[in-house]
Order: sequence, then structure tokens, then C-alpha cells
Amino acid sequence: MSNPQELRYSKEHEWLSAVEDGVATIGITEHAANALGDVVFVQLPDVGSAVTAGETCGELESTKSVSDLYAPVTGEVTETNEDVVNDPSLVNSAPFEGGWLFKVRVAEEPADLLSADEYTTFSAG
Amino acid sequence: MSSTDTRRTALDALHRSLGATMTDFAGWDMPLRYGSERDEHNAVRTRAGLFDLSHMGEITVTGPQAAALLDHALVGDIGGVKPGRARYTMICREDGGILDDLIVYRLAETEYMVVANASNAQVVLDALVERSAGFDAEVRDDRDAYALIAVQGPESPGILASLTAADLDGLKYYAGLPGTVAGVPALIARTGYTGEDGFELFVKPEHAVELWQALTKAGEGAGLVPCGLSCRDTLRLEAGMPLYGHELSTSLTPFDAGLGRVVKFEKEGDFVGREALTEAAARAGANPPRVLVGLVAEGRRVPRAGYAVVAGGTVIGEVTSGAPSPTLGKPIAMAYVDAAHSAPGTPGVGVDIRGTHEPYEVVALPFYKRQK
Repeated sequence: MSNPQELRYSKEHEWLSAVEDGVATIGITEHAANALGDVVFVQLPDVGSAVTAGETCGELESTKSVSDLYAPVTGEVTETNEDVVNDPSLVNSAPFEGGWLFKVRVAEEPADLLSADEYTTFSAG
Repeated sequence: MSSTDTRRTALDALHRSLGATMTDFAGWDMPLRYGSERDEHNAVRTRAGLFDLSHMGEITVTGPQAAALLDHALVGDIGGVKPGRARYTMICREDGGILDDLIVYRLAETEYMVVANASNAQVVLDALVERSAGFDAEVRDDRDAYALIAVQGPESPGILASLTAADLDGLKYYAGLPGTVAGVPALIARTGYTGEDGFELFVKPEHAVELWQALTKAGEGAGLVPCGLSCRDTLRLEAGMPLYGHELSTSLTPFDAGLGRVVKFEKEGDFVGREALTEAAARAGANPPRVLVGLVAEGRRVPRAGYAVVAGGTVIGEVTSGAPSPTLGKPIAMAYVDAAHSAPGTPGVGVDIRGTHEPYEVVALPFYKRQK
């Protein structure tokens, strides 16, 4: 599996797109999706709510377990992916594309976001 | 458990070559899934699936008093099982608590094979050895003598028939006969843990790879796929089948688990647990403590083992197994609930899912029954 170079990554296995007009798109990595197995339910933060880097903001349910979703940055949620709410299997089939989860108007980024290569090393360990 | 003492089945290298996600299960490194567990589940319901179940614990009991020993050691009527047939049964403690649930195959007049759960195999073996004192019978640990491969699903009879001359049409559910499959000697049993028609094939470990590959090839056109323990769990849950450590434990009797029918008081002679089980039967009839029920979600959040079942803000039970059901398309669970809330359709029942009370419908088990 390869992690797209243009994205940045958190140690909780979220990815973050390049910030455009102050807004970044967020999802979970293919590594995380594979570890979860078939995702059957996603609970995303409400549009307009504030999320804080490193804190939980939703949950992902798979056949075997439930996992917290963490915000990789601090900011305000501007949009959620209704397609993935209706069809959570998008998280497995297209984690970096159609399986994106939500968008945030970034107020603050933590200093420890990883590059694609750094995340590849991190997630292999 | 560290990786050095984790056991691997004869099919281990094959699982890895298929890209399986492996998991530790009862000290064994077993395939959890090969791809999507939902696809594997659906394959077993509609076509066929292939499972490595070599972690299961086989114990052979032989001798003139093999039947008498098992009638004494287990709660079922084992002497009444005809050669070539099998029986679902349990082994209990003196206080009636369930040590394990078992399938017992009568291979011959004086030979039985007891199949225990991997997690309990040592306990069952020890209990059988202890209970064999005074009987003219031998209890043999055959855990390493067998690999176990299951082929399950509506296409499984056709797939297996293409590889064996054995009379599968004459092989009833819960029957087993020795035969040859793909040139390999096998005990062919029509048993399973999926709620579908299917077979379990006990073979020597050195024949496991050859048999797996032959079944894979024979099932290609029928849509057979390799299946891991993850879908085995959702398949058995939909079929309402209990799993030891979840619905069954030493703190419950078979009557508490709604499986009192496996206890045969009418059989000859004394058996371990008879006195306690007689009391448990009376208690379950008159004043049941908690009852095993099915729960179906109205929403999409999934109940997990250990979550509280609630009604009117009060805890009335506990989830023992829960998962998203691929067949129903909704989360389902088995749970022990207070008898007053156990009738199907009881209103106001919910599950406390991480602090939120989500509404659930009480239903009779099983959730799924195949069309025969």
C-alpha cells in the first residue's frame, strides 16, 4: 500500500490534505482501514462544531470493534462526507479518495504531523 | 502470549500466501480474514466458504466402556448415539457449571472422538482423564493428530462430491463417516458452525495443504472463497449458536443458557453434575434468573460483548456477543436479560452503547435460519 505524497499524516492514522482557502480534508489511512476490517458505521462531528487536534471527534465501527476518530488539527468542521455516512464501505474501498470523512477550517496545526514517508515508516513499526 | 509459544496450523504458510490477516485465538495464530469479512460471510450464505479449524481440540475415547465413561463424564446420552452419528453436548462441573460445549462423534461401537473448543481442550482432556478412573476405557489426546478443514455453504455438497466417492446424500446432518477426499483419508462429518449445510473434514496434518488446494480448485466455479474466524463469528451469531466464553461459562448451567435439552436425566447411571443440574432445571422452569435473547438494532451502532442492556434507565442484562449482521443489514446481539424483559417484542429495551441508550428490539433466536 502506498500513502499519497501530497498528504500529511497523524500518529492516530488520519490523513490531512493540503490546506486550500484555509480548509483541509481529513480521512483515515489505508493502513488504518485495513486494520479495522469492514467499516459498517461512521459517526462524524457535526458541521459547525469545533474539533481539537489529538482529541476524539467521532467513531468508526467495524465488524470486530469500534475505534475513536481523532482530529488531526484544531478548527471548525465545515463539511462532512454524507456518501461515507450512507455507505461506510467507502472507507475500505477508497480511504484516500471517496472515503474522506470531513473538512476543517484549520485554526491550528500540531507540530508533529508526519510526511508520507515518515508515516509509512511509523505505520510499519 | 508471546509469538514463540503461539501455535501454527499445518496450513499456516498457505494462509500467509493468501494474504490473510492473522489473529491470536486461544494460543493459535489463525486467519481472521483474507479480504472483506462481509464478502466471506455472504459467500458462505450464498455459495461456499473454506475454513481452517485446526485449532479445535480432538480427544479420542476408546475401549469396551468408552460409552459408559462418556455417559458419566458428559451430560448427554452418548451411549445412545449410533456409530456414524454425532451429538452436540456439554461437559459440566459437579456444580453444573459448563466446562465446554462439545461435538461427540461415534466412530465405532467402542470408539468416540470428542471435539472441544481450542480454549478449553486441555480442561476437557484433564476432566475426561480424571473421570475415566474405574472405567475400562482410554482417553487419548489427539490434538496434534488432526488438521480440520470445513467447507460450508449451499454449494458445499456439490464441491465435496466432485472429490469423493463417499455417499454424501446418505450422510445426514450430524453424521460422520471415514472416507477419501481428493485421495486423502478423511473423517467426513456433516457438521458446522455457520447455520448452513456443510462439512468438516478431519485429516492428518500432513495432508491438509493437499486437501485445501483440491477443495479450492474444485470450488472455483462455484464461488468458494477462503474464510477467516471473523466471518465464522458473525455466521454463528446469526444462526443463534452459542460461543464458549460469551454465552457459555462455568458460572452458567446448560439450563441458564437455554440449552437444557442437551441434559439427559433419563440416561442410565450417574453423571457428573446430575444433582446440581436437577436443581438448575427446576429453577429455570419456575424462576429463571436471566434468559438468553436476541436483540436487533433500530439504529446502526453496534452492541459489543459486555455492554449493558437497559430498560427504563435500569440495567436489565448484558450483551454476550454483538456484531453488524451482514444478512440482516443491521447490528444484532445475543444477551442475557431479566426474564421480565425477555419476551419477543418487549417494549422499551435498549443497549447502553458508550453512554447512549440505543433502542433494540427483543427477538427470538436464531436471527437466521436457512431454507431447507
